[in-house]
Amino acid sequence: MSAATVSAKSGANGNQSALLLVLKLRTFIALIAVTLFFALMAPNFVSVANAIIISKHVAINAILAIGMTYVILTGGIDLSVGSIVGLTGMVAGGLLAHGLQLPMLGIIIYPNVLEVICIALLVGTAIGAINGLLVTKLGVAPFIATLGTLYVARGAALLLSGGSTFSNLVGKEELGNQGYPIIGSGNVLGIPVSVLILIVLALVAAYVAQRTPFGRKVYAVGGNERAAALSGVRVDRIKIAVYMISGFCAAVVGLIVSSQLVASHPASGETFELNAIAAAVLGGTSLSGGRGLIGGTIIGAFVIGVLSDGLVMMGVSEFWQMVIKGLVIIAAVVLDQLQRRLAANSRQG
Amino acid sequence: MSEVVLSARGMTKAFPGTLALNEVDFDVHAGAVNVLIGENGAGKSTLMKILAGVEQPTLGTMTMAGETVSFGSIRDAGKHGIGIVFQELNLCPNLSVTENIFLGRDITRAGFHIDRAAQRARAAELIGRLEHDIDPDALVGDLMIGEQQIVEIAKALAEDARILIMDEPTSALSASEVEVLFKVIGELKRSGVAIIYISHRLEELIRIGDYFTVLRDGKLAATAPRADVTIPWIIEKMLGAGEVVAKRPPAIAAGAAILTVDNLSLPGRGHGLALDDVSVSFRTGEITAIYGLLGAGRTELFESLYGLRRNAKGSVRLDGAELGGHSITSRMKAGLLLVPEDRQRDGLLQNLSVGGNLGIASLRRFTKFFSISKAEEAPLLKQVIDQLRIKTAGPDAPITSLSGGNQQKVVIGKSLLTEPRVLLLDEPSRGIDIGAKAEVFSTMRDLADQGLCVVYTTSDLKETHAVADRILVMAYGRITADLRADEATDEALVRASTYKLEQSAA
Repeated sequence: MSAATVSAKSGANGNQSALLLVLKLRTFIALIAVTLFFALMAPNFVSVANAIIISKHVAINAILAIGMTYVILTGGIDLSVGSIVGLTGMVAGGLLAHGLQLPMLGIIIYPNVLEVICIALLVGTAIGAINGLLVTKLGVAPFIATLGTLYVARGAALLLSGGSTFSNLVGKEELGNQGYPIIGSGNVLGIPVSVLILIVLALVAAYVAQRTPFGRKVYAVGGNERAAALSGVRVDRIKIAVYMISGFCAAVVGLIVSSQLVASHPASGETFELNAIAAAVLGGTSLSGGRGLIGGTIIGAFVIGVLSDGLVMMGVSEFWQMVIKGLVIIAAVVLDQLQRRLAANSRQG
Repeated sequence: MSEVVLSARGMTKAFPGTLALNEVDFDVHAGAVNVLIGENGAGKSTLMKILAGVEQPTLGTMTMAGETVSFGSIRDAGKHGIGIVFQELNLCPNLSVTENIFLGRDITRAGFHIDRAAQRARAAELIGRLEHDIDPDALVGDLMIGEQQIVEIAKALAEDARILIMDEPTSALSASEVEVLFKVIGELKRSGVAIIYISHRLEELIRIGDYFTVLRDGKLAATAPRADVTIPWIIEKMLGAGEVVAKRPPAIAAGAAILTVDNLSLPGRGHGLALDDVSVSFRTGEITAIYGLLGAGRTELFESLYGLRRNAKGSVRLDGAELGGHSITSRMKAGLLLVPEDRQRDGLLQNLSVGGNLGIASLRRFTKFFSISKAEEAPLLKQVIDQLRIKTAGPDAPITSLSGGNQQKVVIGKSLLTEPRVLLLDEPSRGIDIGAKAEVFSTMRDLADQGLCVVYTTSDLKETHAVADRILVMAYGRITADLRADEATDEALVRASTYKLEQSAA
């Protein structure tokens, strides 16, 4: 008698595992749903031109979110990325417009575009390293440490130009620093350069996270820092590295944004950090660390991107857009909790 | 026969793919110790969780005083007078002892103002009843595991429970603390409290048990009152048959000293020394047991050897090379490895798979061109899973799907994959059943026979004899006895473990 009831119960569990699968793929399903919705509601939504525009918008947030995902996987957070976008853009813009001025030698060096890019990336990575050192060696909580660098980097960006914009960053032939706008506006085989950068970074980041010892250690640090340390993982190094990755990604975005505008503005990148966190969380990354996938983050960034651009095309007001974006993020986290509870139930035994 | 306060009939709990409990009947007698025994995965924990309201049965009924009851939550069970002391501690490390004891049911004035003085006095009284002198204002996070267990028991006592479930309460306690606990249990029995007692330590169960219930594979294997129960009977019902732990003679003679400790000292918490000028050496091919009471300095010794205690002074040499000032990672590379005592906190990565946990300390072994080679990783994982007989669906199964004993084996397996030369195991048998224990000990023997130096700590006298070739006793941060296993009597070990007490008494 009881055997029949028990097997009926396991039938119900079949439904449950189907539900579990749906919940697991929820971000992907949400992306499809959002796309279909706008395809029906917004005129001209489905077109190659629009897909390219959306991808360019998404690339900016997604690249930041890749670095953010690494930091969050270790149980940290990086609030400084938006300011790093601003500062690295200003560094690049300043070098292109006014060169590297060395008053005591009385000379001005104009680095070429490649050198400018390298310097900007170095600056971003170095700020990441400072974040990492603050968090590990000085024991400052990640939220506070990166909140501090958020202000410092933003202030530095404003100081570089006294608050004004470096504009018309096309370079001069006689200085040999032309070609900067290609990063933001160039195309290769019809695909924008910024989207290509995203694809390369995403593939590398996903590979590193899943298939390298470094990636495994990142997950280990986020899962149980003490156990990881006792297993010989150099926790501090891993943490410093993820903040450096995040700073690097922010510098890449700083270059893309200033190149797209052919100008660098010191306020550029404000609140970008929040969008990056939102993309990671939407993609299933747990803020307590140890759980999340680069692929999920990319899909999360696309959900946000399609949502904002679609709403714009539908003519929905910017204020409503914010409300909707917020609700989507909350829904994502609620579903995440539901999935974890179901998964925990179905594997107890 | 004493009165039955709670009677469970036909308890069944189904999980996808398995029946954790299959029509089990269980009676709880008032004023008695109701023992629940079984191997890991036999269903004890599930039954206990149902009784405590943590989980709900798929089928089955529970009656109390003639009425059918069901518990939707742990609070629900609490209202029916059922309290529980979990095996894995459920305390907030950031709160004080008193705050933990009264968590969720503060003594208040006017319904909102916490009466700190009353709580503190009551907490001190409860701890006093357990014959401990833990400061009620101390932070729980600063206490040793054994002390935390005492707080956990005090917390359950504070509820005036009529039925008290204890899940392996002695697993972290030393012999003298166990005596204190048994005294408390005796007192509770006399006041009519029914105790449901779960433990792997058979001699303990025989001592204090009144009614025995043995589970095997989710089914009721046997039930009997104390008078009809012997240790062989329990083992037979649990396993079907078999020996607890068979001691094998070492295959090779102990070799040269590999790990040498000279004048190692470590300041204690607050006052005194946690380690007081310890000098000792360990040889290859030899298994050394370190016996001692809680706070004797065993864990501190291991942690100092492993580089976790920065303020330890003295010399630690592995194969003649000084390890002082080196990081954990470089000590691991040199071949020294620690298997920590608290596997939930220090051993497991809950977010990774079984394979991810096993491999994390030895990624170097299967890394090719900066990436993890699945082809190189898989056979190594399979080998260690087979070697330790880890019961798992495979290396990709989540670590949380394993039973406690198998999780412990994963922590040990992780260490083995690093190919250590000296293996330090802190309480390797804590919280695992006889079968798993025998496998762990037999693995230790195998490793020593392969020329490893194996050192483990234990609070269980039986376990000191189980595999060790040599037994050290620690007390108050010093080594008070160093004996060959065949010369060590229980009396000598116990005497050495209370060395300082005797001195001061004299």
